[in-house]
Amino acid sequence: MADGTIGLWTVPLAVFGGAIRVSTPFLFVSLGECITERSGRINLGLEGTLVMGAMSAYGISYVTGSPWLGVLAAGVTGALLGALHAGICSLPRVNDIAVGIALMLFGTGLAFYLGKPLIEPTAPRLPAIDFGWWSDIAQVRAALRINVLFLIGIALAPILYWAFRTTRWGLLIRTAGESSDAARAMGYSVLAIRLRATMVGGFLAGIGGSFLSLFYPGSWNEGLSSGQGVTAVALVIFARWDPMLCMWASLAFGGAAALGPALQSVGVTSGYHLFNAAPYILTLAIMIITCSPKRTLTGAPAELSITR
Amino acid sequence: MDFGRISRRHLLQGSAALTLGTAFGGRTAFAADTTIGFIYVGSRDDYGYNQAHAQGAAALKKMPGLKVVEEEKVPETDAVEKTMESMINLDGATLLFPTSFGYYNPHVIKMANKFPKIRFEHAGGLWTDKDPKNAGSYFGYIDEAQYISGIVAGYSTKSGKLGFVAAKPIPQVLRNINAFTLGAKLANPKATTQVIFTGDWSMPVKEAEATNSLIDQGVDVLTCHVDGPKTMVENAARRGAMVCGYHVNQSPLAPKAYLTGAEWNWEALYPKFVKMIAAGEAIPNFYRGGLKEEIVKVSPYGEAVSAEARKHADDIKAKLTAGTYTIFKGPIVDNKGKTVIGAGTERGQRDTELEKMDYLVEGVIGATS
Repeated sequence: MADGTIGLWTVPLAVFGGAIRVSTPFLFVSLGECITERSGRINLGLEGTLVMGAMSAYGISYVTGSPWLGVLAAGVTGALLGALHAGICSLPRVNDIAVGIALMLFGTGLAFYLGKPLIEPTAPRLPAIDFGWWSDIAQVRAALRINVLFLIGIALAPILYWAFRTTRWGLLIRTAGESSDAARAMGYSVLAIRLRATMVGGFLAGIGGSFLSLFYPGSWNEGLSSGQGVTAVALVIFARWDPMLCMWASLAFGGAAALGPALQSVGVTSGYHLFNAAPYILTLAIMIITCSPKRTLTGAPAELSITR
Repeated sequence: MDFGRISRRHLLQGSAALTLGTAFGGRTAFAADTTIGFIYVGSRDDYGYNQAHAQGAAALKKMPGLKVVEEEKVPETDAVEKTMESMINLDGATLLFPTSFGYYNPHVIKMANKFPKIRFEHAGGLWTDKDPKNAGSYFGYIDEAQYISGIVAGYSTKSGKLGFVAAKPIPQVLRNINAFTLGAKLANPKATTQVIFTGDWSMPVKEAEATNSLIDQGVDVLTCHVDGPKTMVENAARRGAMVCGYHVNQSPLAPKAYLTGAEWNWEALYPKFVKMIAAGEAIPNFYRGGLKEEIVKVSPYGEAVSAEARKHADDIKAKLTAGTYTIFKGPIVDNKGKTVIGAGTERGQRDTELEKMDYLVEGVIGATS
């Protein structure tokens, strides 16, 4: 301790810090997807939305000098991509999963194309709030430098949980997701509800992308997402479409991503490939534990194309 | 089927005519329009491996009579063959630089057999006697520059702990880690290098996590061997650690934290190749070199580098440039206690034993598997 190192404590601290640093994109994408899927539609294209969000946030932040405008631009880009998905899916006999895959490729491709001149410049980043002022340990202070987007994401989970249960809009989304006939009988347009739900989902995923490019790792390049959008969509399924579970799952994923590097840094070097794969192993493990051939997924909106 | 054959023959004739045309130009061959094709596996402004090659291409663009065509993000699959064919047939390229390691076998070999008049220069050092003579593979001993970085890092660290963010434990990467560590130990015999393997060449989130974990362990100088060092450099600088760069000069990203770095010097080598061709000389199929041959270079020292460090580093750099210094000189013990290079054995830069490196030297904390 005297020499400023904290030995084996690095591992729990890195997992804790990683849960905060790495989880935010998972959090936003999974909460966004949660809204979309509760309305009865799957948007697999959020990987593309995440990457487009990251690129547009970085670009706008670089051009205007304001990272917050970048966050807004990322959200708007995401909402537009969501509207595109919902628009195509409103056409008769269109499969939302296929459209999602197409939009995933479209979003990443477009972001790589437009983002080409943005790889080199350095854009202003989002500020961090220092929650570690009480600690003398530099490592703890570093782990507690938290971005406000993370806090918004954490606050959003209980708000969504509450909204799905008690607000008119939450109930409408769930009605559209559980029984489109019921929603229609009540005089609501299912397509309009799903359009809005997909746009909100895209908006949140875009903001998740802005966190990647403007806070952590904090620059735009083409390997930035490395599949986090896809993972987050899968995460919604094993979080049983419950916003609170989405939050815990995102935190677990963030921590798992930090595990591999942290263990190597304290000298646990054997099997680092396995530890680097920890988030994916976690996905598989949870999927295997929670699946059952005897019943359909509990909590799955009845209108989803995977359950219908 | 017939159509395919005829068109291929026509294409061959076409490209042959093109090469002849330039050959008849004699010494002024490159005063006529010569097209050179560059193929990159990633984005050419990645502050890393591909940007280093693109800087070499940019140096050629400045030479009169040369036309440079470039294509980015060409995967190491059949796609690169299509790119090479279209550069040859459509752009009339007569000299190609497929710059990624995995392009060579089988893609470059296949194309070199198909287009015997076209010159292929591949980065990676894979050419063997069995391969076509119009193909070549060059490579640089960048571990010499890493050794200099190590010396500077050894003087600059306060904790004596250095960090290395690496992609995969392959011989080139291990050689860089070892050279960096041996350099650091010249300056500070107690210095250690903690290495973290991220598992792949471009994993920004893992690289950032690795950087943070290393700094949490008390590491205060970091370097890396990944495709794009930008993530490591920026995140380390934000945490107040110092960095040594890799591939290209990353000092614009972190001017205060940047000590020095190991860079490719393709902008010196590529014009040299073109001049050799213009003068009618043959480029050796197997072309290699380090600081002496100007294939690698060391970034200018940052302001944080002490006078003592500069002096020591410059001294060794001068000896390496003169070719009178050996980095891998026995006795060298690996970090498991086994002697890997015996006392009295000197393994010079061209020693092929070094290319089979599968160990980490004493002072490196980490394992190859």
